[in-house]
Amino acid sequence: MKELMIGNAAIARGLYEAGCAVISSYPGTPSTEITEEFAKYNDTYCEWAPNEKVAMEAAFGASLKGKRSACCMKHVGLNVAADPLFTMSYTGVNAGMVICVADDPGMHSSQNEQDSRHYAVAAKVPMLEPSDSQEALDFAKLAYEISEQFDTPVFLKMCTRVAHSQSIVEKGEREEHTKPYVKEPQKYIMAPANAIRKHPIVEERTKKLTEYAETSPINRIEEGDGSYDFGIITSSTSYQYVKEVFGDKVSVLKLGMVNPLPVKLIKDFASKVGKVYVIEELDPIIETHCKTIGIDAIGKDKFSILGEFSQRTIAEAFGLEDKQSVCLDTKIPVRPPMMCAGCPHRGMYYVLAKNKITVLGDIGCYTLGSMPPLNALDMTLCMGASVSGLHGFNKAGEGETENKTVCVIGDSTFMHSGVTGLINIAYNQSNSTVIILDNSITGMTGHQQNPTTGKNIKGDPAGKVDLESLCRSVGINSVRVVDPYDLEQCETVLKEELAKDEPSVIISRRPCVLLKYVKPKKPLSVNKDKCRGCKRCMKFGCPAISFRDGHAVVDNTLCIGCGVCASLCPFEAFESEVE
Amino acid sequence: MATKNIMIVGVGGQGSLLASKLLGRLLVDEGYDVKVSEVHGMSQRGGSVVTYVKFGDRVYSPVIEKGEADFIVSFEKIEAARYIGNLRSGGTVIVNTQQIDPMPVIIGAETYPEAVLDEMKEKGADVDAIDALSLASEAGSAKACNIVLMGRLAKYFDIPYEKWEAAIEKCVKPNFVEINKKAFSLGYKA
Repeated sequence: MKELMIGNAAIARGLYEAGCAVISSYPGTPSTEITEEFAKYNDTYCEWAPNEKVAMEAAFGASLKGKRSACCMKHVGLNVAADPLFTMSYTGVNAGMVICVADDPGMHSSQNEQDSRHYAVAAKVPMLEPSDSQEALDFAKLAYEISEQFDTPVFLKMCTRVAHSQSIVEKGEREEHTKPYVKEPQKYIMAPANAIRKHPIVEERTKKLTEYAETSPINRIEEGDGSYDFGIITSSTSYQYVKEVFGDKVSVLKLGMVNPLPVKLIKDFASKVGKVYVIEELDPIIETHCKTIGIDAIGKDKFSILGEFSQRTIAEAFGLEDKQSVCLDTKIPVRPPMMCAGCPHRGMYYVLAKNKITVLGDIGCYTLGSMPPLNALDMTLCMGASVSGLHGFNKAGEGETENKTVCVIGDSTFMHSGVTGLINIAYNQSNSTVIILDNSITGMTGHQQNPTTGKNIKGDPAGKVDLESLCRSVGINSVRVVDPYDLEQCETVLKEELAKDEPSVIISRRPCVLLKYVKPKKPLSVNKDKCRGCKRCMKFGCPAISFRDGHAVVDNTLCIGCGVCASLCPFEAFESEVE
Repeated sequence: MATKNIMIVGVGGQGSLLASKLLGRLLVDEGYDVKVSEVHGMSQRGGSVVTYVKFGDRVYSPVIEKGEADFIVSFEKIEAARYIGNLRSGGTVIVNTQQIDPMPVIIGAETYPEAVLDEMKEKGADVDAIDALSLASEAGSAKACNIVLMGRLAKYFDIPYEKWEAAIEKCVKPNFVEINKKAFSLGYKA
């Protein structure tokens, strides 16, 4: 049956049809839905791991045991998992193993724009790159064949546009593939004596994979009708843009396998078309390869190294006609993303901003605390860096910073890599105050369970990490819990903990308002007779409160009745409807 | 058939996901090649959101660029204006007249451009403005704005009314089918 599927769902389907039996992942936009969709199949095992390194190692273990496995992550997650990756390239696999990695050109939801293809080259691991949902499904199945044939993990590389665009796929049936586990110390124990024998095997494998790339049908030439005296080498979503602009008028070498890249195929293509353009988002990987093998390809001189492409980017680069459109004179105010009405993070941020605290931040919804009017953050780097960064900041501060600096980190991010930073604080004794913003879910990526929620990926009961006990057990004596809707309590506890001469943890705990079990209360309204227009509530930055005709007004479609604004108002102007 | 392009724009949380799901389902059932593209993640937190729906004999690019949209369906007034550059000449903007202040307006750094629909008309855009929020409330849920607007969009297509209703039945949870059918019909008749 034909079905419309996002690229990520199509990958999940392909993994499923290929007999993948175990997936371990950590969520990250734009990769999250692969694992979520796979979790809907009942006859397989699927989990959220605490971080990408753990996930990749769990998937490796499953492959070792003889089941086809996968792990999925966003581009920056691959940095976390890079350690097992490079050595898995040496061990190879038992049953096939696929690593799905999703890049985010344009940084819709990411802190950098790194190009994951570098990892495939550096770790000498083959990488497939689909350009739509049907290819996502087909390539996922092919990836397992390559993995087992060449004894290597295989990358399946997505980008935001392929991951989150829906196109039509045809589904197939699942086939089971298992292998027996056999003890093979020389293959799987990567101590120097074995690893030194493995490296030449890896180099030999790359040569064989290059041969494979020369003739694989996923690297194909589509001959043009002769309208243009040049050819285009492209892959992924850029292929779709090229076809949108040129249709069948230009010859295209469409690469489905981006590592290793073919040599003969590219040379043959270049000799047929004459001039060669390489159109690839982000870094010049294919272009550099072309130049290395002696093809004078034009790439980043004409097409940006920054951001996403589109049909327009390509049409403009070739000087094709610009399309007519309407252009307004009025400037439209920007509408940046922000923390939701009733978001529990906002209360703690309000208190931090009010007290002019230096705040080292982390990765999650709460990164939005950096936006006006709160402007509450000083730094955001990567998962877990708030905690380890705070330690270094305070060590360098030599006593001057520790009573006015904190870090904030979400519950899921703390599990991912915050706890190691906290161990460093306890072990190397910095007088640091760590705030865990515990909203009892992984928020920004769309509500995934994590080790602190007590539920697994399917929503069933699971083991639960007790944050208070964990913090105490690593050596933090002062662990306090506050309700971020209670601004007075937050402020009191914050001041007390900052004043202490020892490391401490404040857990700011209240579940995300978007969770189904959090029932909204009736919206508040503003009594215009009481409101004096002082705008104190506007400093809170709640999207449900705006200011019209000299008074605050509440948007009753957004307000969830948290009542924090009422506690800020000196004139008791916010009133809740009688329930 | 040449590819037709529909943009759905609004504020994160307004229900563009259901609208695009409905359109995708309907157009696949009609036998077209279809691509639907949206960006998940950070932009959904109350930010400006955009979904592209493209259909025809063969669709390549999943995105709609400057001057390419046959229709822009906007769930909020200034969001229509934000993406007006994507409308092709002769294209139509279907817009909910609801006003949702963005943060720069809330904090007083900028003002909300109230007259923006008039300017769009002056510049030659075909603007079809309706109060979808009131119609959705009449149907039984303020959240059904998305389906009111789909009802309005349906007027511009040759696809039989029953097929839209069938698509609603396939895409909406059983408890909400009646409210959404009513919302659709109010948008269609408005």
